[in-house]
Amino acid sequence: MSDNAHAPAAAGHAKHDAHPDSFYIKIWGVLLVLLVVSVIGPELGIRVVTLITAFGIAIVKAYLVVKNFMHIGVEKKYVGYLLVTMLALMVLMVGGVGPDVLRHDGTRWSNVAAKKVVEEGLKAGSGHGEHGGDPHAAPHADPHGEKPAEPAPAH
Amino acid sequence: MPTGRLAVWWLIASEIVIFGGVLGSYLMHRLGHPEWANQSIHTSTWKGALNTFILLTSSLSAVLAHNAASRGDGKRAAKLLWATIGGGAAFLVVKSFEWAGEIKAGYTITSNTFWSFYYTAAGLHGLHVIAGMIVMMFVATDAAKGKELQRVENAGLYWHFVDLVWIFLFPLLYIAK
Repeated sequence: MSDNAHAPAAAGHAKHDAHPDSFYIKIWGVLLVLLVVSVIGPELGIRVVTLITAFGIAIVKAYLVVKNFMHIGVEKKYVGYLLVTMLALMVLMVGGVGPDVLRHDGTRWSNVAAKKVVEEGLKAGSGHGEHGGDPHAAPHADPHGEKPAEPAPAH
Repeated sequence: MPTGRLAVWWLIASEIVIFGGVLGSYLMHRLGHPEWANQSIHTSTWKGALNTFILLTSSLSAVLAHNAASRGDGKRAAKLLWATIGGGAAFLVVKSFEWAGEIKAGYTITSNTFWSFYYTAAGLHGLHVIAGMIVMMFVATDAAKGKELQRVENAGLYWHFVDLVWIFLFPLLYIAK
C-alpha cells in the first residue's frame, strides 16, 4: 500500500509520465471535436444518427477520459474489476426494475395512472406539464388527485 | 498502490452506484414516458454544451497538474489546480444562469417527474463539483509549498469522474429531445 512512500515528488504513477503535456492537449482536442459532433449529429433529426452521435460518442468520450486522464491502463487490475463490478450492479438494477417501469401493462396488471399521465402529457403537448406525482407508486391512483403541474410558460 | 489513491478509487466505485442509480432510473422512465419530450425541449443544449466544454477543459488542467506534480513541480501543479477550480466555478456560474432562467419560466423540481429528475441529477452533480473544488483548494495550497504532491493525482481522479458523469448527463438531459 505504501510502495511510493519514499518518493513524495513523484508519488503515484510512473509509467504515464512518458506522456508530455502535448499528448493530453491532443486528447482534449479530440474530446472537443467529439463534443461538436455530439451536438450537431442530433440536429439532423435521424433517430439512429442521434443515438450514435449523442450516446455512442458519450461512451467514446468516457473511454478517452478513463484511459488517458485517469490512466486506468497502468492501474492495478483489481481497480478495473472493482469499477466493472459496480457497473454490473447498476445494469442488474436497471435490468431487474426495467420491465416494471418501461411497460405499463402486464399479464395481470395495468399501470392505469402512468398510462393516463402519458396520454394527457402527449395531448397537452409542448408548453404543458404532466401531473406531478409518481404514476408508478399507485397503479390505480387517481392522477387528478395529485398536485397539478406548474403553469408552463409560453415561449 | 498508495493508500490515498486506493481510497479515491473506492470512492469512485461507490459513486458509480449512486449516479448509476439516478441515471438508470431516469433512462427507464424517459423511455416509458414519450410525453417527456414536451418537457426536455425546454433544456438549453448550448448551455449544456458550454458546460461540457468547461468540464473537459478543467479535466485537461487537472491531468496537466498531475503531470507537473509527477515531475516534482509543485508550483505549476498548484497553478493548474487553481485553473481547474476556476473551471468548476465557471461551470457553476453557467448552471446558475441556466437554472434561474428555467425556474423563472416555471420549470421547477416539483413541476413534473422530468424536471424532478433534471434538478436531482444535475444538482447532485453540482454538489460534487463544489466538493471537488473545496478539496482542490486544500491540495493546491499544499502543492504550492511542494507538500503532499501525490494528492494532486488523487484530486484529479475524482475530478475526472465528475467530468465523466457530466459526459453522460449531457446527452441524457440536453440532447435527447
